[in-house]
Amino acid sequence: MDFASFLIQTLNSLQYGLLLFLVASGLTLVFGIMGIINLAHGSFYMIGAYLAFVLASLTGNLFAAIALGIPLALLFGAFLEWALFSHLYKRDHLEQVLLTYGLILIFEEVRSLLVGDEVHGVDIPAVFSASIQLSEVLSYPVYRLVISAVCIVLAVALYFVIQRTRLGMMIRAGNHDRVMVEALGININMIYRVVFALGVALAALAGMLAAPISSVFPNMGSHVLIISFVIVVIGGIGSVWGALVAALVIGFADTFGKVLVPELSGMVVYLVMAAVLLWRPEGIFKKG
Amino acid sequence: MKFDTSMAFKLLALVGLACVPLAGADFYTELIAKTLVMAIFAMSLDLLVGFTGLVSFGHAAYFGVAAYAVALLSPKYEAASLWYVLPASVGLAALAALVVGIFVLRTKGIYFIMVTLAFAQMFFYVFHDTPLGGGSDGLYLNVKPTAEIAGFMPFDLDNPTHLYYFILAMLVLVYLFLARVLQSPFGRVLVGIKSNEHRMQSLGYVTFRYKLAAFALAGGLGGVAGFLYSVVFGFVTPELMSWHQSGNVLLMVILGGMGNLVGAVAGAFAFVAMQEVFSMWTKHWQLAMGLLIVAAVLFMPGGLSAVPGRIKRALQGGSAND
Amino acid sequence: MKTTQQFFGKAALALALAATCGALHAQAQPKVKVGLMLPSTGTYASPGTAIGNGFKLFVTEQGGKLGGREVEYFSVDDESDPSKATENANKLIKRDKVDVLVGTVHSGVALAMAKVARENKTLFLVANAGADELTGPLCAPTLFRTSFSAWQPAYAMGKVVADKGHKRVVTLTWKYSFGQQSIEGFKESFEKGGGKIVKEMTLPFPNVEFQPFLTEIAALKPDAVYVFFAGAGAAKFVRDYHAAGLKNTIPLYASGFLTDGTLDAMGEAGKGLQTTLHYADGLPNKKDAAFRLNYAKTYKLQPDVYAMQGYDAAQLYHAGLSAAGGDPAKQAEIIKAMEGAKVDSPRGTFTLSKAHNPVQDIYLREVQGGQNKVVSTLIKGLADPARGCKM
Repeated sequence: MDFASFLIQTLNSLQYGLLLFLVASGLTLVFGIMGIINLAHGSFYMIGAYLAFVLASLTGNLFAAIALGIPLALLFGAFLEWALFSHLYKRDHLEQVLLTYGLILIFEEVRSLLVGDEVHGVDIPAVFSASIQLSEVLSYPVYRLVISAVCIVLAVALYFVIQRTRLGMMIRAGNHDRVMVEALGININMIYRVVFALGVALAALAGMLAAPISSVFPNMGSHVLIISFVIVVIGGIGSVWGALVAALVIGFADTFGKVLVPELSGMVVYLVMAAVLLWRPEGIFKKG
Repeated sequence: MKFDTSMAFKLLALVGLACVPLAGADFYTELIAKTLVMAIFAMSLDLLVGFTGLVSFGHAAYFGVAAYAVALLSPKYEAASLWYVLPASVGLAALAALVVGIFVLRTKGIYFIMVTLAFAQMFFYVFHDTPLGGGSDGLYLNVKPTAEIAGFMPFDLDNPTHLYYFILAMLVLVYLFLARVLQSPFGRVLVGIKSNEHRMQSLGYVTFRYKLAAFALAGGLGGVAGFLYSVVFGFVTPELMSWHQSGNVLLMVILGGMGNLVGAVAGAFAFVAMQEVFSMWTKHWQLAMGLLIVAAVLFMPGGLSAVPGRIKRALQGGSAND
Repeated sequence: MKTTQQFFGKAALALALAATCGALHAQAQPKVKVGLMLPSTGTYASPGTAIGNGFKLFVTEQGGKLGGREVEYFSVDDESDPSKATENANKLIKRDKVDVLVGTVHSGVALAMAKVARENKTLFLVANAGADELTGPLCAPTLFRTSFSAWQPAYAMGKVVADKGHKRVVTLTWKYSFGQQSIEGFKESFEKGGGKIVKEMTLPFPNVEFQPFLTEIAALKPDAVYVFFAGAGAAKFVRDYHAAGLKNTIPLYASGFLTDGTLDAMGEAGKGLQTTLHYADGLPNKKDAAFRLNYAKTYKLQPDVYAMQGYDAAQLYHAGLSAAGGDPAKQAEIIKAMEGAKVDSPRGTFTLSKAHNPVQDIYLREVQGGQNKVVSTLIKGLADPARGCKM
C-alpha cells in the first residue's frame, strides 16, 4: 500500500467510524442512563434511511427531508418511550430483549407494507455532489466529507450538552443514581423521555445521512446494530466519549481489515472486542 | 420416583410423540422431528437462562458449530460413523462454548447479553467469510452418518422413521440428563447463583467455574441439537448461527416459561406451530409474531407457563398480585 | 400450582401436536399441481413476484390450462433463505404433492431445491438461479432451466472486453459461488483473448461498503473493471464507482444483473453502462412485443428478465405436458418432449442443451434513458459447457 492509498483508506476509516458513532452514541446513552437493552436501535437507523428516501422524493431535496425527518424521529422516540419503554424500566433485561426483538419484526414488516421491499437510491444534494481529486484517478466524494463534518459537529455538541448544560448534569446524575436524582425533585421520567428521543433521532439521522451512499434496503439496520453493540462494549456503557473512541477503532479495524486480510474482515472487529474484554471487561471508558 | 399426574402427562406426551410416524405423513413427521430438535436446543438454553440466570443471546453459535462439524467431518460421498461424528461434533460445540465462556463470563447483565451476541456473530463470520465452511453458500451433508458398529447395524438414519425415533430418544436422554444434573449438588449451585450470586460467593463457591461449566455444558447440548439438525436436513449455512436463530430459541424458552424443562419443549412446539399458522395466513407473518411478543411482554409477564396460574387465580377470584 | 403449570405445559404440547396432525389432508385432484417456490418477501421479492406473474400470464393465455389441464397453484415464500430451503421444498413436494416445482431467484435456495426434487423424482424448472452446478455436476433428467447459467453472460462479456483492447482488468464480486462463477466465465474468454486479470477482489455477501475496494482499484489503475453484483449491492456499487470519479477514467463492465431492476436506484450513475445478458429492452421480435403488452395490461407493471423466464418455464412445461396428453404422471414422455422443445421465447427462440440449459443468444446492452437497450447480438446460440454433467 503506497502512502496516498494509506491516506485515503484513513479517510474512509474516519468517515465510517464517525457514522457508526452517531448510531452508537444514542445506544450507549439509553443503556447507561435508562438501563435498557434496546435491540430495536438498528431499526431506527433503517427508519431514518427510509424517511430520507420517502421525504426526499416528496420534497425533492435531502436537506428538506432531514429537516423534516429529525423532528419526526424525536416525536417517534418520545412516543415509543411513553407507550412501551417506560413500562420496561423495572423489568429484567430478558423482557427488554424480548420486547425490542418483537419491535424489530414489527418495524421491518411495517416498512415492507408501507414502502415495499425494493432497493432505493437517494440522490446526493447537488451542492455536495462534486468530488475532490485526490490522486491521479481517484477522487473523493465531497458528500462523504460532509458526513464526517456533521458527525464531528454533533459529537462536539453532544459533549457540550452533557458536560456544560443543566440537562447534561441531570443526565450524568441519572447515569449514576436514579433515586438520588428523584430525591432532588428532578422529573426523571422527563429526562428518560428526552434521552430516548435523542437516541432515536441520532440513529435516524445516521440513517438519513447514510442513505445516499449506502442505498436504502430491507434489514439494513441489523448489521449496524451489532456493530454498535461491539462499540458500546468496547467503549463502556454510558460513555459517549468511549463510544467515539471505540467507533473510530472499529472504523479503522474494519476498513484496513478488508484490504489487508480480506478473509478475516468480518471477524476483525470481534477480535478487537475480545481483546478489550480480556483487558477491561467493563469497557475502556467505564466510569465508576 | 413417585408416579403422579405430572409423570402421567409426560408419559402420555411421549406416547403421543411416538405415534407420529404411524400416521404416515412424511411431511408432518419431518416437521415434528425438526420441532423435537428445536426442543432439545431450547432445553439446553434453559439450563443457562432459566436455571443459572445467564441470558445468552448467542446460543445459536454452538448449534451451528456442531452442525458444521458433522458436515466437515463426514467424507464427501461416504457415510461417517455416527459413533465418531456425534461425540466429536458435540465435543467441539462444548469446547467452543468453553472458550467463549472464559471471555463472556467476565461480564454481567446487559454486557453479557451483548457480548454473547457479538461472539455468536463472530462465529457467523468465521463460517460466512472463510473458505472453511463453504462461505455463505453453506455445505451439504451428502450421506447421513451410519450407526453401524462392528458389522452390526442397530438402526439406519437414512430411514425417516428410524431417524425420527433416534431424535425422540435423544430428546428423552437430554431431558433425563438435565433433570439429573439439576438435582445434583452442581445443579443446586447453579440455581443458587441465579437467585443470589454474591451469597454463593460468600459461601465459598468459585461461581465463575460453575457458570463456565454450565456454559460449556449448555453449548454441548445445543450441539446435540445442531448435530441432529444437520443430519435431518443435510445442509448447513451460516444462517444457523445468525442472531435470529439465537433470538428464536430464546423465545421458545420464554414462551414455555423459564426454568422448566418440559416448558422448553412446549415452547418449541408452540413456536413452530405459531410460525406455521401465521405463515399460512399471511406473508407478513412476522408482523403478527412481533405484535404477539410485544403484547406478551406488556401484558403477560412470566411467559406461557404463568398463564394457567393467572387463569386459576382469576377463576378463584383471588388477587393477581401473588 | 406447580403441577397445574405442568399440566398446562403438557396440554399445550398435546394441542400443538393435534393441531399439526389435524392439518393433514390428502385429496386426489385431476388438476395439474404447480408448486411455485419463490421469494415474496426480502431483497429478492420483486424478481420473485415477476417470475410468478410471468408463469401465470402464460397459463392465463392458455385459458387457465397447461397441456389441456386445469392448473392448481401451491405457493411457498422461500424468503431467499437457503437454510429454510429444504423444508420449504418439502412442503410443496411432500405435503402438497405437486407435479412440478418451479423456482427460484437465489442460487443457494435452488441448489437445496434441486437436492430435494432429485431425491423425490419431482420435475424441477429453474426460472432464474444461475448457479453453474444446476446444469453441471448436479444436472438431472428431471431438472430443466429456462433462465441462464452464470457462465453464459460472463463468458460473452470477457470477449467484449478483450475485443475492446483492454489488457489489464481488476475483478470484484461477492464471495459466493454465483459471484465467483461469473468471474470464472469472464476470465476464461478474456484470457483467451489475450487479457490479464491483475487482481481478483472479493467481499463477503452481501456487504456493501465498497469504498476500500474503490481506493484499491484506483491504486492499481487497470484498463477496465469487471464486476458481478445484483440487487441492492449493484445499485450501491455503481453509485459509489461514479462518486469516486472512476467511471470516466476506468470503464466498468458486468454481466447483466448489475443493471436489471436497479436502474431506478442508480439514477445518473448508471448511464452508459454496458452489460451482457440473454434479454434486453427493445428486441426486434414480435413475441416480445406481444408479451410486454400483455404483461403490462395484466399486471400494470413493465415486465423484466425474471418475468420472461417465468413465462418460458410455463411454455416449456406446456410443451412437455401436451406431448404426454396432459397426464402429469407420464414423466418420461414429458421430459422427452421438453428436451426436444423449441421455445418461442420473448428473448428469441431457444432450445435446450443436453444438460437442460438454454442454448441462447447473448446480447450486449447499454443503459440509455432508464432502459437496457440492445446494442448487438454478441453470440448466437451460446451453450453452457456443462462441465461435470454426466447425462
